Amino acid sequence: MNPTELVVNEKLASIEPERKEHGIVMELSPYGVDKKKLGMWMFIVSDACTFAAFLFAYGYMRIGAPVWGTPFGPSSIANGVLMTAILLSSSLTMLAAVRASQADDRSSAKKWLGVTMLLGVIFAALHLREWFKLIGEGWRLFYNPTGGAAQFGATFFSVTGLHLTHVVTGVIALAFVVRGYSQRRYDQSHVETAGLYWHFVDLVWMFVFPLMYLMNAH
Amino acid sequence: MAETMAHAVAHHAPPQGFIRKYVFSIDHKVIGIQYTTLSLVAAFVGMALSWAMRIHLAWPDMRLPILGWLSPNGAPGGLMTPEYYLSLMTMHGTIMAFFVLTAAPFAGFGNFMLPIQVGAADMAFPRLNMASFWVTFTGFLLACATFFIPDGPPLSGWTAYAPLSAVGSVAGPGQGWGQNLWGLSIALFCVASLLGSLNFIVTVLDLRTKGLKMSRLPLSTWAWFIDAWVSLLAFAVLLPTCLLLVLDRLGGTSFFIPGGLVFNDQLQPHSGGSPLLFQHLFWFFGHPEVYIIILPAFGLVSHIMPTFIGKPLVGGWKVITFSEIAVGTLSFVVWGHHMFVSGMSPYMAMVFSVPTLFITIPSVIAVLVWVFSLYGANIRFDTPMLYSLGFISLFITGGIGGFFLAQPSTDSYLHATSFVVGHFHFTMGLSAIFATFAGFYYWFPKMFGRMMNEKLGKLHFWLSFIGVYCVFITMQLTGMSGAVRRYSALVDDFMVPLIPAYRFMTIAALLLGAAQFIFLYNVIWSRFKGPKAPDNPWGATTLEWDTTSPPPFDNFGGRQLVVHHGPMEYDGDESLMQTSPEPSIAGT
Repeated sequence: MNPTELVVNEKLASIEPERKEHGIVMELSPYGVDKKKLGMWMFIVSDACTFAAFLFAYGYMRIGAPVWGTPFGPSSIANGVLMTAILLSSSLTMLAAVRASQADDRSSAKKWLGVTMLLGVIFAALHLREWFKLIGEGWRLFYNPTGGAAQFGATFFSVTGLHLTHVVTGVIALAFVVRGYSQRRYDQSHVETAGLYWHFVDLVWMFVFPLMYLMNAH
Repeated sequence: MAETMAHAVAHHAPPQGFIRKYVFSIDHKVIGIQYTTLSLVAAFVGMALSWAMRIHLAWPDMRLPILGWLSPNGAPGGLMTPEYYLSLMTMHGTIMAFFVLTAAPFAGFGNFMLPIQVGAADMAFPRLNMASFWVTFTGFLLACATFFIPDGPPLSGWTAYAPLSAVGSVAGPGQGWGQNLWGLSIALFCVASLLGSLNFIVTVLDLRTKGLKMSRLPLSTWAWFIDAWVSLLAFAVLLPTCLLLVLDRLGGTSFFIPGGLVFNDQLQPHSGGSPLLFQHLFWFFGHPEVYIIILPAFGLVSHIMPTFIGKPLVGGWKVITFSEIAVGTLSFVVWGHHMFVSGMSPYMAMVFSVPTLFITIPSVIAVLVWVFSLYGANIRFDTPMLYSLGFISLFITGGIGGFFLAQPSTDSYLHATSFVVGHFHFTMGLSAIFATFAGFYYWFPKMFGRMMNEKLGKLHFWLSFIGVYCVFITMQLTGMSGAVRRYSALVDDFMVPLIPAYRFMTIAALLLGAAQFIFLYNVIWSRFKGPKAPDNPWGATTLEWDTTSPPPFDNFGGRQLVVHHGPMEYDGDESLMQTSPEPSIAGT
């Protein structure tokens, strides 16, 4: 074993003295990451590509369109800013839940998970309000009431719909985490893994909001 | 004591009852066999479709009663319509590319062997693994179901080019529910693929046994690991492509459908979409896909060869692995070479041509590693080795065609000809199939505890090898003389002199297919009647040979494994098992 390898292995060994998987001693994991968390990271990498493809399609449609409608007035933007603030806050409350679970403060962790779910639900409600408003104004997947490119509805509803699906899935997943955590089947690593997903969904919104809302404000 | 020990280390308790044991099993070995069996069934379905197409091409008037029974509209009286020919072509490509070539060498062998090769008791997420198989299975059923619906299978090719695939039933038979089912089937395949590749990556990173550093991984594990990354990223883009296609078809959107489009004298109610967007998205997946197919083949051959040549590969694990990483990385920036004649800007064609030529460098390095490793070796010509050599031969032959197709100027002439068809059947289709056969003959003893018949194996190899060259070299030559691909008949005068070549290909293809029944017979016979396999019949070095054939439920019976060196260590002529302590003369 060469000296650098030795140093790296010692460093890892200090993080995790002996890694065991069902009684068998394993080789040190390269980044000291637990398998659930690593699995979630892999999902996030893949899911990011899926969102990227949707956003690429949006960009392609938008650049190709001779006239692109910009339907969002101040009230829609205000609604979007509010949604952004709520989703960002939910990342903070998620962080508080992870911190509490790491300190083994179970009641506090459950409380923060509950707040995170609530914020997620409020976000979804505000989002649906926005959708119904647009639908009421005549916007459809295939129709633009202002006479611009029909692709506005197609891209807006599909991109934000995909994101909304992620938020709703996240809320449901958190409910399962809370249940398992209350029954002590889950520990802090489950909370942290769920947190990773939640932050990712939040991060995606940070792309969706400027691209779908701010760029379409008149 | 030993019993309690074994119980304590079992990853999950051995399942009870037939359903949990063999159907909804979370054991990676059962899932591996399920995937392999699914691929085997799919391969014979795909092959039967190719027979029907080849017979029609050579003897357009011949009636095939079974087709008439399968689709009274598509083949009235057993004589296929040009549209039904395209349907068969679409399903041949879809079934072979996804359910055979992507599934068998990666999910089939990978599931069975990868956890054992890293010394783990199972995959990192056994339940996701089970889900992955059953989602794939559902996808396969949906794809096959298209044959039995009134609409018939779609006719837009395995690439499902828009707008043909996007406008709905007005575009022809199979473009209604057939295409919908196709989209759903492939979307499911994408989800299954995500679950599978995520599992592979985490298992390799997190579940290696003591002493098994990344530099000591078997070369097959390395290839599956790299492949899992490529597939994790590529299928993540095919999924939204399918979703947007379905939105265009069922939601009335116009992502891929331009304005003013007339199908069957009907103006389509769409505007502003772009067929090129579909091609960009599809090929962003599609090109990595061909490497998703071929990388496990690289791994299988690199894994199998050292055992039969009795020495390490030239350049050790590093050269071959780094060429695989280079191939995997570059595969994401070459997709435009499928679109040289699509109407994309010619400047973009230049941009895509250069990395396409660059990707040949790591590919050629890999080929040179295999070829140079043979030099001075005392080669044992068992069936797995023959198939490995066959793989190298087919990959080189196919790769040479790639030089012409990588350049826009020559591709413009060749693109719509059967030269391309011959090219990809060599490079990714049959190369991967040959590597899969190598893996099958090599691992069959481990998977089922029985040896396969060597004589039948060799006969199968030689017939397949000669058959493949007869069919696909001829196909490339007819392509060079202008034979148009996707046509169900030789329509033009200039194609008429090609009729003898077409008949030769058809006869060769039928014989090639018939040879596969030797394999099928060998598999079934050996499964039940073959001689019992020893633990390590080939004298190999990796962990899968350090356990019984077949391995127990937790793979190693609760033993603590310690790996001392890489997979290609030799003490003189003796190969050293990875778990055997370091010999005095060997390096790390």
